[in-house]
Amino acid sequence: MAADLEMRPHGGAPEQAPTLAATGQVARRQRISRLSRYVLMAASLVGVAVLIYLAVVTLDQGWARLSWDFVTSYPSRFPERAGLRSSIIGSIWVVGCTMVLAIPIAVGTAVFIEEFAPRNTFTSLVKLNISNLAAVPSIIYGILGLTMFVRYFGLGPSIIAGALTLALMILPMTVIASQEAIRQVPPSVRQGSLALGATKWQTVWHHVLPGAVPGIMTGVILAIARAAGETAALIMIGAFTFIAFDNTSIFDDFTVVPVQIYNWTIRPQEAFRVNAAAAIIVLMAAVLTLNLIAAVIRERFRQQY
Amino acid sequence: MIMRTDERPASLAEREERLTETSTLPASERIMSPPGPAVIELRGFSAYYGNFRALHDVSFRIPAKQITALIGPSGCGKSTLLRCINRMNDLVPSFRHEGLMTYHGVDLYDPAVDPVEVRRRIGMVFQKPNPFPKSIYENIAFGPRVNGIKGNMSEIVERSLRRAALWEDVKDKLSQSGLALSGGQQQRLCIARALAVQPEIILMDEPCSALDPIATLKIEDLMKELAKEYTIVIVTHNMQQAARVADNTAFLMMRPDRAGELVEYSDTDSMFTAPKDKRTEDYITGRFG
Repeated sequence: MAADLEMRPHGGAPEQAPTLAATGQVARRQRISRLSRYVLMAASLVGVAVLIYLAVVTLDQGWARLSWDFVTSYPSRFPERAGLRSSIIGSIWVVGCTMVLAIPIAVGTAVFIEEFAPRNTFTSLVKLNISNLAAVPSIIYGILGLTMFVRYFGLGPSIIAGALTLALMILPMTVIASQEAIRQVPPSVRQGSLALGATKWQTVWHHVLPGAVPGIMTGVILAIARAAGETAALIMIGAFTFIAFDNTSIFDDFTVVPVQIYNWTIRPQEAFRVNAAAAIIVLMAAVLTLNLIAAVIRERFRQQY
Repeated sequence: MIMRTDERPASLAEREERLTETSTLPASERIMSPPGPAVIELRGFSAYYGNFRALHDVSFRIPAKQITALIGPSGCGKSTLLRCINRMNDLVPSFRHEGLMTYHGVDLYDPAVDPVEVRRRIGMVFQKPNPFPKSIYENIAFGPRVNGIKGNMSEIVERSLRRAALWEDVKDKLSQSGLALSGGQQQRLCIARALAVQPEIILMDEPCSALDPIATLKIEDLMKELAKEYTIVIVTHNMQQAARVADNTAFLMMRPDRAGELVEYSDTDSMFTAPKDKRTEDYITGRFG
């Protein structure tokens, strides 16, 4: 094995040109390395295969149903007349309000934790709890929202109650994403700024935040995608309902696209399930577009240091 | 300009007389002129990171408008000492100090002294050039802007770049990113950036160690030019550099307990031709280091 390569004593060229093709030990190790590549590729393809399968099945079932009428009609007990109008409008309202509520709080929290908070046990506990909250199932947030916002604050099953609930739900993951983005800014930039006589806040505002914006925006867009697809929490709030009007106020009753999909899926008529498939196509298109925008922003605004 | 944020006189017996007001020229014309010959004075200054002592009872004076070099083997506390002068070590949570470090007689570590005020007057250039990821113009303009220095910003930018011997290289591309420059140019940009806030002292922490020899010589020439108006304190690993540029040199070494102490301090010529301490002589002649 070790003697695959012949050791020649003290210089002198070999009598004939050496074969450098892989033999023995080297060949065996190379075989394992090549094999590992294909094994890992297969593992990656599992996820892609599942996605493609789901996409093909859904498109097959729902593509024919898609039309402008479908998107602009209200729900109905007749499947051929039912549409996504009120749920799309409801989704836009709820996600919009959620963002207005969640983004300032999340970014402010992240900035405080990374830049201003002292490093002691209390702040470590807070950071740990934020990570824990990110793992809490969304239906728990739904129950919390029902008790606190719908009942106790008397907001009823309204858009604002849903937005408050979703804001709480996406807050932990947005804080964590923003923290990561802020940490990406190298210390040399902060030191350079402070050495010029800038205050901590000036350093954060002029250097840290601009450098962290791509990462924060990516986190925000992913949070939007999450909120747009949230079903369980909003069902608890009361979005599983028949809405046949356009929302005009945050105190309106509402429904959202994923809840409408669930609504149609559990109906006995097959035609409603076709509606559901078409609605899934609309929702997936929106979520995929958001993820794509997040990726583009991340690349476009990445700052080289 | 009085640095303390309150007007009560000093209570510690060690503190010296407060400095008087500087001239009332407009900010863009003002050059700080210290009343006495020494601008920074250390007396029994020790620095700790938690329980670890990094500097042991350092005492010496840094004269105004000269270049003072801190030399010594790795780990002897040169950078720590430099960063103490402009309160950059405040960023390290476990840092504390003992002893006295004064700037024109005012204790730099007095609780009423604001580090932001200190850093306005004592600038720093770092070992690895760290221009902001913004345009060259914005890099220079940031300092004066956040410090509220009024005046024609384009003039300030041009003047700072000229003083850093960079104007000719970049005058046509001020809107380009600072990171697009070469290493030596980036370091001169950082120097120009420090100059823009009109400090009195410029601290340089091994400014040439990341640069090639030609860029190094350019920066050394720049240093000698700047010393006519500013006080410069430089940390360097390179003894020949200290011999080339410095008016005064301080030699530090690590003690057995790993704290750094000042072994010898004198004008550069005497130190390199007739060192008084054997350890200095050993270091200079290359017996260790």
